[in-house]
Amino acid sequence: MAINKVVKSAEEALEGIANDMTVMFGGFGLCGIPENAIAAIRKKGTKNLTCVSNNAGVDGFGLGVLLESRQVKKMISSYVGENDEFERQMLSGELEVELIPQGTLAERCRAAGAGIPAFFTPAGYGTEVALGKEVRWFNDKPHILEHAFDAAFAFVKADKGDTAGNLIFNATARNFNHVMAMAGKITVAEVEELVPVGELDPNEIHTPGIFIQRIFQGEKFEKRIEQRTVRSRN
Amino acid sequence: MALDKNGIAQRIAQELRDGYYVNLGIGIPTLVANYIPSGIDVEFQSENGMLGMGPFPFEGEEDADLINAGKQTITAMPGAAYFDSSMSFAMIRGQHVDLTVLGAMEVSDQGDIANWKIPGMMVKGMGGAMDLVASAKNIIVAMMHTNKKGESKLLRQCTLPLTGVQCVTRVVSNLAVFDLSPKGFKLVERAPGVSVDEIKAATEGRLIIEGEIPEMKL
Repeated sequence: MAINKVVKSAEEALEGIANDMTVMFGGFGLCGIPENAIAAIRKKGTKNLTCVSNNAGVDGFGLGVLLESRQVKKMISSYVGENDEFERQMLSGELEVELIPQGTLAERCRAAGAGIPAFFTPAGYGTEVALGKEVRWFNDKPHILEHAFDAAFAFVKADKGDTAGNLIFNATARNFNHVMAMAGKITVAEVEELVPVGELDPNEIHTPGIFIQRIFQGEKFEKRIEQRTVRSRN
Repeated sequence: MALDKNGIAQRIAQELRDGYYVNLGIGIPTLVANYIPSGIDVEFQSENGMLGMGPFPFEGEEDADLINAGKQTITAMPGAAYFDSSMSFAMIRGQHVDLTVLGAMEVSDQGDIANWKIPGMMVKGMGGAMDLVASAKNIIVAMMHTNKKGESKLLRQCTLPLTGVQCVTRVVSNLAVFDLSPKGFKLVERAPGVSVDEIKAATEGRLIIEGEIPEMKL
């Protein structure tokens, strides 16, 4: 029998989360973010979180929700542009912010899940990102040493999942969700559609269930669009 | 006459070759997609996780799950592929992307680029820019030649925090096209009607001018 990872609700999925933990949130902008877990963390009131997420949401949605309630101590992101409350907290010193290159962010997640404690990358050499980091030359090019993340929880969102935790994403909503699923000590997946094992084609699985500890079907997904751009039919 | 932003994009589009995979940054670079020469096939990579990016959707067909790196709603072309962020940057750092076009606040005459941070102003982050410039073989900078105060953005040394060092291969500004060489900005083409003297006057970094400099053909 396949292992059953299903929890009843977002609340139940948070079992064990505590103040001062490092937690990851999948998504790019507002695309593919774990909306239900974010709402449940807000309700639970867990504080002083260090959040690893490519972006920091917008005012009133995404991680913006946890910033408003002052539950975030530190953000580790690659781009944080679209959030007034974030800017206010950052400038006033209430919020610590560590900005790192997007590819390095992704690889530090992947490495964490893959048993690679550190790696050398060319990204950031010669910039302030490289300050204090070991430099080594490979193939006549300088590289800097970066370390894998260590996250107690990762919250990810997929389009479909089965009770064994196998995940399928839709379009560009895969983004950081796959690597963060690999990285979390406890990875919580929320899905739009939860199906019994056997219903997903094993050929089509994007993230194997071994990386997922808990899975639930989200109560609702607002799936807000950050920049609605269209073209005319004429 | 100096080019406008669309003119810069149009000139950069002439660098596209059949079969290229291309990553376009936000701003002027995005406009390059409007000027793909006829008879060639290129695919656009979006670092949030897709190849084969298409135009904006028709109204009513927007999909919250389908966006570009600027978080705009987009569409997928036939043959598109989606992937996760680590695979996306494997393509980028692994030199599988043939051409990267990005904007800049400053470029130095050794090919350094600064485009992510202005001290004293709200810092939004580097996004994927540092990964993009760290390994790509072919990096074209699209930018206005001078800033709003009229000061040169092509400098001897960058004054702003760097995004990458010795990485830019070509600059296309509203005044001219330059190739980066160890001795400075080598003038390749002039914008229509712009004189070599005007280019000299607007450029702080070292310039290399050899022989007659042709006008761009747009």
